[in-house]
Order: sequence, then C-alpha cells, then structure tokens
Amino acid sequence: MTRGAFERDLRQLNEGVVRMGERAGEAIHGAVEALRARDVAAAERIIAEDDAIDALHMDLEQRCMRLLATQQPMAGDLRTIASVFAITIDLERMADHAEGISRAVKRLAAEPLVKPLVDIPQMDEILQGMIRDALMAFQMENADLARQTAAQDDAIDRLRNRVLHDMLEIMIHDPQTVPRALELLIVARHLERAADHVTNICERIVYIVTGELRELNV
Amino acid sequence: MDTRYRWRRSMDQGMTLVCLLCTVLVLTPLALVLAFLAQTGLSALNWDFFTKLPGAAGEPGGGMANAITGTLTLIGLAGCLGIPIGVLGGTFLSEYPQTQVSRISRFAADVMNGIPSIVMGLFAYVLIVLPLRHFSALAGGVALGVMLIPTVMRTTEEVVRLVPQSVREAALALGIPQWKTTLRVVLPTATAGIVTGIMVALARIAGETAPLLFTAFGNRFWNRSILQPIAALPLQIFAYAISPFDDWHRQAWAGALVLVAIVLVVNTLARYATSRQVRLR
Amino acid sequence: MPKQLEVRNVETHAPTLVERNTAVQTDDLHAWFDRLHALRGITLSVPERQVTAIIGPSGCGKSTFLRCLNRMHELVPSARVSGVVRVHERDIYAPGVDPVLVRRRVGMVFQKPNPFPTMNIYDNVAAGVRLAGERDRRRLDEVVERSLRAAALWEEVKDRLHKPGTSLSGGQQQRLCIARALAVSPEVLLMDEPASALDPAATLRIEELARELAKEITIVIVTHNMQQAARVSDVTGFFLAGQLVEFGSTTGMFTRPIDKRTEDYITGRFG
Repeated sequence: MTRGAFERDLRQLNEGVVRMGERAGEAIHGAVEALRARDVAAAERIIAEDDAIDALHMDLEQRCMRLLATQQPMAGDLRTIASVFAITIDLERMADHAEGISRAVKRLAAEPLVKPLVDIPQMDEILQGMIRDALMAFQMENADLARQTAAQDDAIDRLRNRVLHDMLEIMIHDPQTVPRALELLIVARHLERAADHVTNICERIVYIVTGELRELNV
Repeated sequence: MDTRYRWRRSMDQGMTLVCLLCTVLVLTPLALVLAFLAQTGLSALNWDFFTKLPGAAGEPGGGMANAITGTLTLIGLAGCLGIPIGVLGGTFLSEYPQTQVSRISRFAADVMNGIPSIVMGLFAYVLIVLPLRHFSALAGGVALGVMLIPTVMRTTEEVVRLVPQSVREAALALGIPQWKTTLRVVLPTATAGIVTGIMVALARIAGETAPLLFTAFGNRFWNRSILQPIAALPLQIFAYAISPFDDWHRQAWAGALVLVAIVLVVNTLARYATSRQVRLR
Repeated sequence: MPKQLEVRNVETHAPTLVERNTAVQTDDLHAWFDRLHALRGITLSVPERQVTAIIGPSGCGKSTFLRCLNRMHELVPSARVSGVVRVHERDIYAPGVDPVLVRRRVGMVFQKPNPFPTMNIYDNVAAGVRLAGERDRRRLDEVVERSLRAAALWEEVKDRLHKPGTSLSGGQQQRLCIARALAVSPEVLLMDEPASALDPAATLRIEELARELAKEITIVIVTHNMQQAARVSDVTGFFLAGQLVEFGSTTGMFTRPIDKRTEDYITGRFG
C-alpha cells in the first residue's frame, strides 16, 4: 500500500503546522516588543509578514484537501487531518492579532505611554509559553499537556482584566488619555483572543489523540 | 539481428508446413474412403435403393429400404435403453463424484468401453435371444444400448461437471433443494453438451456390425415386431459383400455410402448443437 | 425482544441507546473446513432493517461467516459448524430444521453475478418462486415485477423480459440476481462482496440499492473495500483470523476504533 508515502505526507503536514505556529508566535512577540520599544518600523514589518503566514495557511489547507481526496483517511488519520484544517485557521487568526497589535503600535506612534508596560509583556510571556507547549503537545500527541496548556488561559484572562481595570482608572482620572489608553486595551484584547485560539488548538489536539471533542476551559 | 529474424521466420514457415502436411496426411484416408465409396456406390443409389426390399439372390434390382429403417429402428431402441441410464448415471457421477458407488461406476464404465463389441452381442444373445428362442430387434437394440451406456455416461459427466459451481450455488441459495437444482437448473444448462455426447455415441453404434450378428440377425423382409429379427445396414452390407453377385456388390457399396452419410449427418447435427451451446463463462 | 444497540455520538461521545430488534443472533459460532478452524467463537447481533458490514483482510473468515448464516457452509464436504445461530429468534441449526427452508428466509447474492444461463430475465427472477411450486401466471408476473422494481431494474428491462439473463451488463446482471433473491421474500439478504466485480458507477448503484433495501429487510454485506463499508453500513464488524475483533456503529468504528488492530486495518497499515 502507499502507506509509506502517506506517513511522510502526514509528517510534513505536522511540520508545516509547527512552523506556522512558531511564526505566528514570533509575530505576536515581535509586535509586543515593537510596542515596548516604540518601534514603528518593526511594526510595519510584522504587518507585511502577515501575508506570508496567510500563504502558509493556504498551503496547509491544500495539502489537507489533497490527502483527503487521495488517501480517504480513516480513524486517527482522519481526525488528524480534519484537525489540522481547524488548527491552521486558529493560527492564521493569531497572526491577524499580531497584525492588530502592530497597527496599534503604529497608531500610538511616538506618543508617551499612559503607564509603564507591566501586564502586557507578562501576558505575552505566558502566551509564548502556551504556544510552545501547545506545539509540543501537538508534535508529541500529548493530550494531558494540551489540557494543561489550555488551563493557562485563565492567567491571561486575569491579566487582561487587570489591564482593563487599570486603564479605566486612568481614563476616568484624565479623559485626555482615552485614545492612548484605548490602544493599550486593544492590545490586551488581541493577546487575550490569541490565547483563546491557543485553547481551541489544544481542544483539537485532545480530539486527535482521544477522539473526544469537548470544550476546554470554558 | 536481421539474420536471426530471417532464420526464425523460415523456421516458423517450415514448421507450419510440416503441421499442414501432417493434417493432410490424417485427412487423406478419410478422403480416399469417401471418394472410393462415392465412386463405386453412387451408381447404385437410386429411388429403388431407398424404397425396395432386397431382391432374390442373383436377381438384379431391389434395394435396402428395410436395412435403412432397420438401422434407424435399432438406433432408436438402443437410445431408449442407453440414453436415460447414461444421462442419469453421468449426472449422478458429476454431482456426487467421490462416493464409493461413483468410483466403482466410473471404473466399470471405462472397462465396458474396452470390451469388444462382439462380446456385447453375446451378452444380449444370452439375455434376450435364448429366452425368446429367436433373434429379434429387441436383442439388437439391447446390445447396442448397452454399448451406448458407458460413452453417454462419461460425456454427460464431463459436461455436467463443466456447469459452473456458481450456477448451483445460486439455485441452492434460493432455497431450491439439491435434487431440483440438479434436475431443473444444472441439467438444462448442460443440455446442449449432453445432446452432443449422445449424438456422437449414436453415430458410433450406427455402424456396429459384430453385436448384431447373432442378435438382430438380419431380415430380408420388413420387420413387423421388435421380437422378430430385423435388417440393419452393416449386416446387409456384410451379406452382400461376401456374395458372388456384382449387383449386390454395388449395392453393398451404396449401403456403405448411406451408412457413412448417416454418420456424417449425425455428427454435423452434433456440431450444430455445440455451436448453440450456452456460453458458460 | 429489542436489543439495546449502543451507538456513539461522534461529537459528544455520549452513547445513545437506539432500540433495535435483532434480526440475526450468533452465539459462540465456530466453523471448520475439515481441520481448519475458520471461525472462532463469533458472538454478535445483526440489527434488523439495517445494513451490517463485515470487513477484514483476506482469509479472515468473513465469507465463511456469511455462509453459516444461510447454511451454505455445510454444503462443502467435511465442513462443520457449532454454536447457535438465530434468525428472528429461531435457531436455524436446531435438529429437524430443513436447510432449504432456512435458505428461503435468508437469501444470498454472490460476488460474481450468476444469472441462470439458460433462462431469460423473467424466468431468472421467477425461478425461486416457480421451483417452490407457484404456477399461477398472474402471481408470477406480480412477483417478477415487484422484485425487479425493488432491485431498481424494472424500467430497464420491462420491455425485454424474454431476453436471456446473460444479455445484460455486469451491473444489471447483479441487480437481476438481487431481484431473483428478493423474489422469494427473504427476511435477511446476505451480500458477499456484491460489487467487487463491477465498475465504479455500477458499484454505487448497488450500494444505493443496499441502503434502499434495508428499509424493508435486513442486509449483511461482506466487503473488502473500507470506503464502501463506511458509505453503506450502519453497523460494522471487523474480523481477523477467524475472530470478531470489534463490532459497533460504523461512524464510531471509522472515526475512533476501540481496538488497535481495527485502527491498523482501516488505516491501511496491513491487509
């Protein structure tokens, strides 16, 4: 049978997902760094790279289609390929959030921050850890690690609430700061949404391994 | 490359020629016999030959009408005995090939095929002629019929065995009992082949002379009852051939020609039946 | 009495119990060809009016299993069967049971279409009924038309019922065989790789037909084609080396098989 070629295709598919995940993570991290360093040029670069990540998404989708058509996969293989479809969509959205953060950086331009960045970089750090762990869980087909990773979404939600709280205080105190404070809120929201996408990915990983599809961490 | 090809081609042509020659060689005796028969016999074939009884010894004229009908009658009688037994026996052999009865029957049939035909005549003599105290068409029919049995049985067995197992399975799966399957599905499928086998066997016994010598015995007049002696072409040919009369010699040739014609016609019919045989893929 | 058939909901994996009567129940069914132990203790329930697929690699015993259900296995000399097989609660191997009558209740269609060569289309379909004793011409006409309609063949052959059965195409011949089997009104129809000798279009028609027929009678289909089993059946059984490895809802088995051997087989790692 052509199982050998199929195995190779599956491996390459998985590698493609990991690569795309790493790039999405890098894009988010780069965007947060650009915010910290107030580097508009870096933000521009990240916006431009979004196209490349979209291209990766298309490529992975097409590979999935081809495998579905030619191999008629069943059972575990079927779950994997169907899940890769969904995972690449989540990764693409995460890259869009990186782009969103970069646009906020551009809009803030050289204006002073309303407060020193503490929570946002922390959110990014946790998020990067989640992405690394999720990709590892995907490669290792480790459902437990996926569940644990999804659980970290709570920490990110808490941090986002803190940012909201802080920004509200600042905005009430001084209405002039509203546009700038809003931008930071937007950034925090992008990070929180990105973490939700990682949670989705973890659900998919659990499905690949166990065949159970359920909401993690609602 | 070219020389090897040419050598191969000439070798091919050479061998084809050899095969052709061998075929011609095989057909030659048949052709010669037919030609000789036609040449010597055709002149005596006339309307009288087919309608008149044999004339008195020495007198020209007369015919072999009774011998022709006699041969046909004997074939009919032999068929009545040999065909049912042969077909049913052959069917049994193919449906239950491994039983003790089958193995014994098959062996017996093969032995019977090898028994000299005159011995078959003896058998009928003892069985029918002696108790009845005279020769009869019945005895001749029995002798020929018994010779039919092994041949028909074996060919029937072969043909029925050729019916694909899938046909039987289809019938059985419908809830048709085994015996009905054999009778109403398998046998009809094999009919053309069975008929061919029968015809070939009949053609063979049409020309048998030895078994008729002391069973049918021959008759110069029309046969009125199967318990009476009956004329037959082979017997008549024999009687005329050893006679001193030229006219009878010519009639003997004509008789031989008619006999061969009967055999040819039956074989042709058998071929026709085969060509209409259902294609059993 | 209705058996609880567990059907897994693939998304939530909550088992939903579907009430289904059992059409065929086997209990510790063993079968031998002389010394060869072809079936080892098969216990399963074929649900009524559904399509049950039997899959497995060559030589795993799937055809043997099928033939035990209509007592065709015993036609092979030196074949033996032990265990219980119940068709609608009646043990078909009980002493005194006539195998001929069993075969009228449990019909079979074979891999290679096998219409009776000497009969025309009408006679082929009517054969089972006629040879069981039916003589009334009107009744026979009725049965022939009903069966040909059920086999989705009526429209194509209604004007040439007197033509030989072998004059049809492969796919049509197979549908003719199905019509012939249906004519005796079986409760269960066994199909032994019915489409493997046919082209893809004819194959799909047979599959559609199987699903359609399952509305009225129980269908058990043996196939070596995984995708066919997935398309056609509600319930699937996986056989390996004479044993039943897994038996359950088709969707469940093909998205999330329980046994590793099943997973390996359906993903093509062997067989």
